[in-house]
Amino acid sequence: MSTLAALFKELRVCSESQCAVIVLHQELSGREDPGETLRRSLKAKRMTRKKKLLEEMSVEAPPEEVLEEEEEVVTAVQELQCVQEETQAKGGRSVRLQRDLPPLPAVSRADSSVPQSSVRQRVRDKLREARSKAASLLQQESLLESASRLQSLRDGETRTRFDRETDLELAEGDPSFATRVKFRDAARRVTRDSRAETGLPSAEEAYNFFTFNFDPEPQEDQHKGRLKRRPRRGEGEGEEEEEEREDEETETAREHAEGDQSREEDAPLVREEDEDLFIIDQSARDFLEVTRAECMEYSTRVQREEELLFTPSTRPVPAYSKLPENVQPRYLEEEGLYVGERPPVSLSNQNILENRILMQDQSRSEAGIPPLALGSRCPATGKKWFGDDGRMVAQPDPIKESSTRPPLFHLEEELDPALQTIHRKTLTSKHMNRYTVGIGDSQGDYQLDVDVSGLVFSHHPLFSREHVLGVRLAQLCDQQLSRQHKDLNRLLSDKLNGLRNTVRNMLELHNGDGLSHVTQQRIAEYKQEVRHTRRLRDAEQEKDRTLLKSIIKVWKELKALREFQRFTNTPYKLYIRKVEVEQASDELEQEAEVQAEVAELRAEYTENYETKMSGYRGQLEEWKSWRRKEKVLKKKQKRRKQLSRDEEDEGSEEELGEEPVKPEAPEQPDLAGLEQQVRKKAAKIRRRPGEPVLLPELTTAGPVTPNEQCPRGELARREDVAKRSLYIKVLYNDKEVSRTDSRSLSTDFRVHFGQIFNLKIVNLPESIKLQIYESIGSSSSQLAEVCVPIPESSVLTGTAPSEELEFSSNQRVMFNHEGVGSDVPFSFAADGSDRHTLLTSAKLSCCVSWAVGEGGVPLAPPTSQPAAGLHSGLRQRDAIACIGASGLNDMKKLRKWAADSRLDPNDPNNASIMQLLSMSGGGEVAVPDYFRLEQLQEEFNFPSDGELDRSRRFRLLRLRSQEVAEFRNLKAIPALEREISEKVFEDYECRLKEGERVDAKDHIDGHRALVAKYLQKVRESVVNRFLIAKHHFILSDLVIEEEIPSIGILGLNLFKLAEPKRPLKPQRKERKKVTAQNLSDGDIRLLLNIIRGYDIPVRRPNASKPVGARKGSRSYGDPFTSAHSSQTALQGSEWPLGQPVIRPFVEVSFQRTVLRTSTAEGPNPCWNEELILPFSAPSGDYSTSSLQAVRDEVFINIFDEILYEVVEDERERGASVHTRIERHWLGSIKIPFSTIYLQSRIDGTFKVATPPVLLGYSKERILGSEGGYDAVRSPSEGTFLTLFVTIDPQLVPGDPIREKKFDTQETERLLLACELYEKDAHRRFPDRRCVTTVVDMNGKTVFVTRFIRPLTPPQELLDAFPNSPQETMLDSAGDVDTSFPVSTNLHQPLTPSQELVARYVSFIPFLPDSVSFASVCDLWSTCDQFLTLLAGDEEEHAVLLCNYFLAMGKKAWIIIGSALPEGPTAYVLTQEHSRYLIWNPSTGQYYGQYDTFCPLQAVGCLINTDNVWCNIQVYAAPMRMSFDVTKPKCWKPFFSRTFPDPGLSSVQPEYLVYRRTDQTAAAELQDRRVSSVCLLSFASVLQVKLEGIYSDGWIEKILREKIMDWRPRHPTRWNRYCTSTLRHFLPKMELSGGREVSEEHRVELQSLLGDYRISGFPLHLPFSEIRPIIEAVYSTGVHNVEAPSVEFALAVYVHPYPSNVLSVWVYIASLIRTR
Amino acid sequence: MTSYNPSVFLLMVNGQIEGANFPEYDDLYCKYCFVYGHDWTPTSGLEEGISQITSKGRDSSRSLVWNFPLDITFKSTNPFGWPQIVVSVYGPDSFGNDVVRGYGAVHVPFSPGTHTRTIPMFVPESTSRLQKFTSWLMGRRPEYTDPKVVAQGEGREVTRVRSQGFVTLQFNIVTKDMKKLGYDTTSTEQAPAMHLSRTEQPYGS
Repeated sequence: MSTLAALFKELRVCSESQCAVIVLHQELSGREDPGETLRRSLKAKRMTRKKKLLEEMSVEAPPEEVLEEEEEVVTAVQELQCVQEETQAKGGRSVRLQRDLPPLPAVSRADSSVPQSSVRQRVRDKLREARSKAASLLQQESLLESASRLQSLRDGETRTRFDRETDLELAEGDPSFATRVKFRDAARRVTRDSRAETGLPSAEEAYNFFTFNFDPEPQEDQHKGRLKRRPRRGEGEGEEEEEEREDEETETAREHAEGDQSREEDAPLVREEDEDLFIIDQSARDFLEVTRAECMEYSTRVQREEELLFTPSTRPVPAYSKLPENVQPRYLEEEGLYVGERPPVSLSNQNILENRILMQDQSRSEAGIPPLALGSRCPATGKKWFGDDGRMVAQPDPIKESSTRPPLFHLEEELDPALQTIHRKTLTSKHMNRYTVGIGDSQGDYQLDVDVSGLVFSHHPLFSREHVLGVRLAQLCDQQLSRQHKDLNRLLSDKLNGLRNTVRNMLELHNGDGLSHVTQQRIAEYKQEVRHTRRLRDAEQEKDRTLLKSIIKVWKELKALREFQRFTNTPYKLYIRKVEVEQASDELEQEAEVQAEVAELRAEYTENYETKMSGYRGQLEEWKSWRRKEKVLKKKQKRRKQLSRDEEDEGSEEELGEEPVKPEAPEQPDLAGLEQQVRKKAAKIRRRPGEPVLLPELTTAGPVTPNEQCPRGELARREDVAKRSLYIKVLYNDKEVSRTDSRSLSTDFRVHFGQIFNLKIVNLPESIKLQIYESIGSSSSQLAEVCVPIPESSVLTGTAPSEELEFSSNQRVMFNHEGVGSDVPFSFAADGSDRHTLLTSAKLSCCVSWAVGEGGVPLAPPTSQPAAGLHSGLRQRDAIACIGASGLNDMKKLRKWAADSRLDPNDPNNASIMQLLSMSGGGEVAVPDYFRLEQLQEEFNFPSDGELDRSRRFRLLRLRSQEVAEFRNLKAIPALEREISEKVFEDYECRLKEGERVDAKDHIDGHRALVAKYLQKVRESVVNRFLIAKHHFILSDLVIEEEIPSIGILGLNLFKLAEPKRPLKPQRKERKKVTAQNLSDGDIRLLLNIIRGYDIPVRRPNASKPVGARKGSRSYGDPFTSAHSSQTALQGSEWPLGQPVIRPFVEVSFQRTVLRTSTAEGPNPCWNEELILPFSAPSGDYSTSSLQAVRDEVFINIFDEILYEVVEDERERGASVHTRIERHWLGSIKIPFSTIYLQSRIDGTFKVATPPVLLGYSKERILGSEGGYDAVRSPSEGTFLTLFVTIDPQLVPGDPIREKKFDTQETERLLLACELYEKDAHRRFPDRRCVTTVVDMNGKTVFVTRFIRPLTPPQELLDAFPNSPQETMLDSAGDVDTSFPVSTNLHQPLTPSQELVARYVSFIPFLPDSVSFASVCDLWSTCDQFLTLLAGDEEEHAVLLCNYFLAMGKKAWIIIGSALPEGPTAYVLTQEHSRYLIWNPSTGQYYGQYDTFCPLQAVGCLINTDNVWCNIQVYAAPMRMSFDVTKPKCWKPFFSRTFPDPGLSSVQPEYLVYRRTDQTAAAELQDRRVSSVCLLSFASVLQVKLEGIYSDGWIEKILREKIMDWRPRHPTRWNRYCTSTLRHFLPKMELSGGREVSEEHRVELQSLLGDYRISGFPLHLPFSEIRPIIEAVYSTGVHNVEAPSVEFALAVYVHPYPSNVLSVWVYIASLIRTR
Repeated sequence: MTSYNPSVFLLMVNGQIEGANFPEYDDLYCKYCFVYGHDWTPTSGLEEGISQITSKGRDSSRSLVWNFPLDITFKSTNPFGWPQIVVSVYGPDSFGNDVVRGYGAVHVPFSPGTHTRTIPMFVPESTSRLQKFTSWLMGRRPEYTDPKVVAQGEGREVTRVRSQGFVTLQFNIVTKDMKKLGYDTTSTEQAPAMHLSRTEQPYGS
């Protein structure tokens, strides 16, 4: 401001006559370009001059005047320039001015080439300057302004007291704000100055002196400010674009702006001049002349326009005028040059343009102006716009045909920067968190209470002038009241006094001497503080004073107005209470204050001066030294003459250019004037001593003039007021939820609503708005919209205070009655001066809070929700948040900050923060300096680790969750520790402990035990792998979804739609499969349908008739006997009670459940019965894996039921019949459960495993060998049973392995071929198995032919029958089949060793893969592995057998197919000359190709060493197909000509190493003593076993004990004689391959035991463990004989084969004494 | 009484499947079953059930009401595997085939008292558009192999589902001996929020 003031002064000196005008304008235009300002001011002056002229004579606006005026402007500019230059030349004092003001010449020159940056720089400088000033000014003004500030502004304003720094920041952050302040200030000063100049002190005005000075009239100011800024902005544009080309539009815009400006500014100007020049008495009429409005006729206007404007014609231009003279048009196109396509322009437009160019050119040349030139190189003619062809020069059509999107990536360059992807933060959708709670959750009913209590207008269009003043008065009084309440003045005065006292005390204490550095600093600080406080106090006092003055002023105005208009509208009445003060003391006090201040100031100034002086001295020293140096340097050049500055400047700058400016001595402070200054200030801001204290009091008790007495205008206004009514809409989240009743506007412009709206909320509140509507009659308009802050959840109804929200509307309303309107300037004064423009504004008092539900539960959403709208609310509440300190939690920092910023603890504004600090200071938690990871972990530890280990329960729980086998499906682990016994873990711990130890209890020899262990381990690891894999799901595990149907199926299904719902001939439908997991005990049943049996052995006559039997009867299994008739005849008489030859029944045992059919009769019985057996899974786990691991077998036994007459007494024979039922085992079928499970149903005729010798029974031949039937049936002699077995409900069998991708060493090509081959096969025959690759024991995929390799069987097997082919041929029936007529009948050269080898292979125990490897996969082991493990499934057996056969020179294949009852299996096929034999490798049996009872049902593929053949014949049954693999129609080979065998090496070893069986050990087999010794102690048994001693005696002993166990109610007697006989008998059986060596032996047996009825049989088993043997013995039911005199005989024989393959024979018999 | 030192705690659940809100479908029925951990045993009551078919009301809410009662008592030693109720809703499609309209599961509430639960329902999606079409055509929409799948988290990552509607259940829970075994499910003070404000205090324990 000072700069402006200075400028002002200067200008006044220079140009007396114009100064007022110029300065006024300069001031008004603020910081803009002085040149422009000047121009404008001149224009203003011109206007006034014009006005004067108008007064004198009426002028009709001649156009010439424009020119004249322009000239005037130019001269004025020049004038000003002179002025400025003068000013600049003034020297010394103008330095400062120069710095502050921009160098005038540079700007005022319109065509100067000042770079824009410097302009900006200047603007920035000015802004900075403005800011610093604004900061101080703001403090003074904020108070005055705050009263009628809008709400948004108020937020910012209220913070001013707390710390000044934010204020400054605010000012800095908002430059426009700062500049605005500055404008206002400038404006005010201008008014003040001008006033001062006018200086007409009437009596009234003398009092009003201050009042007038400080009257804020903020709204007007603001309005002015806005107005003023607008032109400036326009100016700025103009300035920036100031180049030689004059932009006409900008010009006009500026002109407009200026016009506005002048119009605005005219008023005060006129007024001023009025005041200056004329006497007040004169009325307006004296200066105004009313003339007719000027208007122009249309025709004249058109005419005039035509003079000025040029309209080019649309007619085509002839070609000659466009081309240079004598030039023919030349068409480039015709000359073969490429001419681009021109952009399409309509012909008329083209013509217009051409005409214009030509005309322009013409006119220019006429006017002598150089023609329009695009560039200097062009010839100065308009013709250059035309091409050679006479057309306008045009570039080719710029519009591309194709998409103009530039390619994103150039190969060589980087991405075009304009196309660079810009990453923006994601915008979180507003609607994301809209819903507080899920729909329908009734608990989330939140309620907001919106209380709209009322509306008080601070300005309303219908306000009369009096209202305006009244409201202003009320506001001022309110302000005064609040200030009075705060009493900052007194507070600061006290503080000041306190500080002064402290300083004085300190000084006194130290008595001026011995002041330590610290104390000094302290005192300095205090002094600083004193200064600061004083300044604050002064400001406060000044404000108080100003306020008081303005109140009085407004009241006076109000009174004046009432007097003037002769009616009263408002009831306001101001009383001013005077509080007398004691003159003397008051004076004294004031004087003391003044003195103190003066003293302080003096001290301060002195101090200032001191420091400045010291600085100056130092600088001077510096300068002098430099000077001296310089002098030395340029001795010759110049002599130092005087210390004048001008010269010095010249001299030094030439030479060194870095000369330090010679310091100026600081001015001696004007200490004398100080006191005067202070007094002046005191007079200004304080009341005079002795003056009474004035306390204004506003009442509303005044009378209001009734309507009748009012003038018409006022009456109209009042009527209008009465018509108005208001209502408020409540909008929640921008939706109207309710509205208040419409209330009419009262005369005092207050509306009371007093309505509370309860809003039940589902959505989170985002905004709450209140819209105020005003309605007149039926039409209503929105006045304003007020946003209400969303309350915090702690703001509850009842406790929440009502808030007053201010709002204003910028609607422009004008009335023709007394109402002042809105946004319309009006004036209080009669002459229309002192205009005000007020906007409609009001205070709405309302309150939004959360409702309180029943029982005081707040119906507010939880606070945790991020509340974005909480800022304002929080600010008001939280002291710390006001500072902007976000880190509320760091108390340390806060304290530090408080200490640093020296918060005044007595300041009520700081009360909350002080309290916080004191609180935190008291209870500060000692935070450790170290850092620890998871420091709270300990607290969250459930129990300690030790406890966790010790607790049995926790252990159990953990083991279960780890799925340890023993605990996997444990149910209901007890809740309490004590209920868990230690025993639970015994097994588990045992297992862990004895992991390595060999448990030999169940095994005969150590090797087997080891193997078993090994297998167990493999199984476990595989199971674990499987368990892990079980947790990986694929979609089909979880979701049942229809496969994508092929077209065919789709069509079929479409066809099905038309199918009748209930067909007459229903088809069998697949049962619904049940997943195993949700089953429990008893849900699953095994259904067994036993239909019929064939060829069951029949009883033979009692052996007590040995003679007859020997010759007459057919011995069991004797293939060559033909005397049937005699036998049948014999039977009828032999058996007691005339029983039929046989009464068989079937007993099924499964999982120890035994069920039997009824008894049928005859050797070919028909039962047709269904047996239902319950199934329970091990440990209740019905998961697929567990079910697959079920190793239980279904035993189907055929018994013969025999009734014996029990005759105790001959005498009773006639009267009663006593019979005893005995049953004799005839044979059995074993079906593993896993087979049933995987097959889901087994249907067919099965061969019954019958013992080789069945004592007391023989085969009955009804039809005899001569009959045709016999011939058909003969190939597979034996007993058969037709069965149907299934599980109900049908269980889903386990999935095949998913992990098809195993490691492999096969080539990729081969694997691909395999995949294709298998896929093809599967596609053509989905039910036939075709195998090309298998997984070996290492988990690698191996091509299947690699497993086939000729391997020599053990030599002793080959040596067994060196030279008796005939005999072996006779004995070649295998282990179960005792009669084999076919072999002889067909004259097969079947090597006996072949059968022996098959037997040998079958002795290797069978262990299904699915059991051992829980369905994970089908693992193939090589033959040596197989022999080492001595366990395997069909594939291993088949591979071994096939390899042996190949070694023996046979043609052999492996058949992959399916059989009964095993399901998918592997058989071996051999070619014996013309026919094919099918071998079952796991039983050792073989069948001819056309054997009806061959269990092999379907053939999938054949495998041998070189190739794999897939069966592509129509039928898969072996009977109906050809096994000639050379036929390409029947078999599809894998390796063909297109894909030849790459020569795969075998994975099998070259030869097998067989361990020779120790003959001595074999000899000891019979030694019972050894075995008995073995049993004496477990340790010795173990020892013996480890030595490799086979102990069949041990088996015998176990079996004996078992049999005795099974007969708990009867004594079990053992017939030693019989046992020994049987024992002799068994080795022979083994040697004969299971065939009875001769009848002799039996006869011998019979003769020896003539008195006994013997029933018994040898059992022949491969050996793996003891358990199957026991099972087998149990299932025969021999022990069930309950005759009192029964005796038993049991013999066991173990025959060793190479490599520990053992064949076990158990001969069991029951003997009943017949007498 | 011998229950001074109980070894099990009891959880009695009764309530009802109140109804559902399936804006698109009508004539629906629902099945429910309970899924619980190894240590849980139902002592009485029905573990699963199937409701009647209900049609939409004519009122504005258009909700389906079953009011199908639940009543079951569990016995357990361990809160792990707390029972969940699995609800699956079925209804006819445009061809009259019964297809599944939604699966959903929720834990039986822990604390004694009356609770209302709203379960959002979902169905598995077809893997492809073609399958979606064919499944629509044949009326065999994809469904879970076992509704109990929705009560477990394992393997869900392979499925895609679409939300369908809501089923509202009401539970009345009574527990016995939970506290004696050291499981405290009732909060000591009244819940500050409004969620549980209306539950009554459990019977004297």
